[in-house]
Amino acid sequence: MVRNESTLLNMVLALIVITVVAGFSLGYVNDITLEPKAKAKLAKKMTALERVLPDFDNRPVSEILLVKVEGAKDSVEIYPAFKEGAFVGAAVVGASEKGYSGLVKIMVGFEPDGTVHNIVVLEQKETPGLGTKMKGEKFLRQFRDRHPANFELKVTKDGGEVDALTGATISTRAFTEAAQMAYEEFVKNKELITTTDR
Amino acid sequence: MDYLVILIAAVFVNNIVLSQFLGICPFLGVSNRVSTSIGMSGAVLFVMTIATTVTYLLHHYVLLPSGLEYLRTITFILVIAALVQMVEIVLKKVSPPLYQALGVFLPLITTNCAVLGVAILALGLDNGSLLKAVFFAFANSLGFGLALIVFASIREFLELANIPEGMKGVPINLLVAGLLSLAFLGFAGLV
Amino acid sequence: MAKPIDQQQNFFKGIVKENPVFVMLLGMCPALGVTSSAFNGLGMGVATLFVLLMSNIVVSLVKSQIPNKVRIPAFIIIIASFVTIVEMVLEAYIPFLYEQLGIFIPLIVVNCLILGRAEAFASKNTLKSSVLDALGMGLGFVIALTVLGAVREVLGNGSIFDWKFVSEDANTLILFILPPGAFIALAYLAILFNRLTLKTA
Repeated sequence: MVRNESTLLNMVLALIVITVVAGFSLGYVNDITLEPKAKAKLAKKMTALERVLPDFDNRPVSEILLVKVEGAKDSVEIYPAFKEGAFVGAAVVGASEKGYSGLVKIMVGFEPDGTVHNIVVLEQKETPGLGTKMKGEKFLRQFRDRHPANFELKVTKDGGEVDALTGATISTRAFTEAAQMAYEEFVKNKELITTTDR
Repeated sequence: MDYLVILIAAVFVNNIVLSQFLGICPFLGVSNRVSTSIGMSGAVLFVMTIATTVTYLLHHYVLLPSGLEYLRTITFILVIAALVQMVEIVLKKVSPPLYQALGVFLPLITTNCAVLGVAILALGLDNGSLLKAVFFAFANSLGFGLALIVFASIREFLELANIPEGMKGVPINLLVAGLLSLAFLGFAGLV
Repeated sequence: MAKPIDQQQNFFKGIVKENPVFVMLLGMCPALGVTSSAFNGLGMGVATLFVLLMSNIVVSLVKSQIPNKVRIPAFIIIIASFVTIVEMVLEAYIPFLYEQLGIFIPLIVVNCLILGRAEAFASKNTLKSSVLDALGMGLGFVIALTVLGAVREVLGNGSIFDWKFVSEDANTLILFILPPGAFIALAYLAILFNRLTLKTA
């Protein structure tokens, strides 16, 4: 095995060469993956929108409305949906930091009168097998076609009407908090989203 | 208040070793003596806190403004590697006995995923600030120390125990770690 | 080298005799952290295998050009580059897996297995031996993670590779999906592995 003598010059040179080669190849890979990365993100958003909203024929992604909310890091995303020019509903992204392991982010689709059409979970880090069941049909079913005005978005233990997931009350609480926030933002900004021309 | 929550969460609820599985290598490797585990915890505390400070600043003032976020992993690991070297040199001069005890393990801190992991996790804190990130790193290194020292104390007793042949060594250590992790699960929901 | 390496043995040592997870206890963090399902274990294993193979190839190619004293930082840069490539490719083409593995993808860079092989093997051996070494070790890692993930998924969730074989409401041993279950499952697998290899030896 032949090993080079270590002199200051060749040590510095070797590291510089490696770093430069590494830097350029990473830049190259970053360039070619930039577009697919954005596409993957968009595709995820589109599937979520299609699942939570009634039939629509506009592009909610490009008509997004960002609402600044006090105390939250990110602004709330609202996606209005129209069909043949008429307002058919809106999807609102709600989030809560109170999950078992932090952030729970969901997308709630509302019909024009505020009835919940469907909900999908966008991000969560809950315990597998317990809190993650919030993504399951059995849990989400109870929200569909209910109106938050007469269906209190709180766990039954806290006096609400949402059945908690077995062994994951904390996750359920975070979920309902996120849903409640989405509903409040929907009501607050309804005027703004129902108009087509902004 | 925020800081108290971070502290309790990092030390007990989301303990970096027992529930996040970061830093398992030193956790299993340097835990046969309480004395060495204390030294290792000290070294991690030092390296983790400084490393997170440096990486946080680098990320916010160099990588983000220049759109080079994709170089995050490579810069962070280099910063950590350089820091470990410095700690090694300083220890050698300042405290030769400690260096004797930890000498073999110090280079291992470079490949201690807890250090890199915490540096990356600290970027994702809500309403993050430099102070919060540094405190987060500090709290996590305390969590690492707690897990390591408790585990080492149990292992010292294990040496005197009569263990079935097939379970000696690795398996029994993993089982003990599992029970310890189960105990920490009891802290869940505290924050 | 003094004596030629038996290439067959070189390949198989990583799978059984020097299995990185069960015997050498390398790369324990991802082995415990992401194996809550068989699919996650497999994904993590393959990502690691790729980085290990590529870094072993590059290290064995450039080994004679790198001054001895800076070889570790040089290896780290090489490994970190491949990890970043894996990170970007996963985010772009398999976003589902990217989200599942989370922070453990950038952490491949500090997987002791990879730096260990670069330093202990690839920096001293020929390209061919290094490739076989990486493939053997990597496969050993993939197998270990997939088996561990499968055991935890079967016991904890009543499913395998997301195919559920118990009813939706059935009570499963959730413990095995929780953190303590990772340690306990690995402990028993290590006992089993020791027993099996001792018998054949």
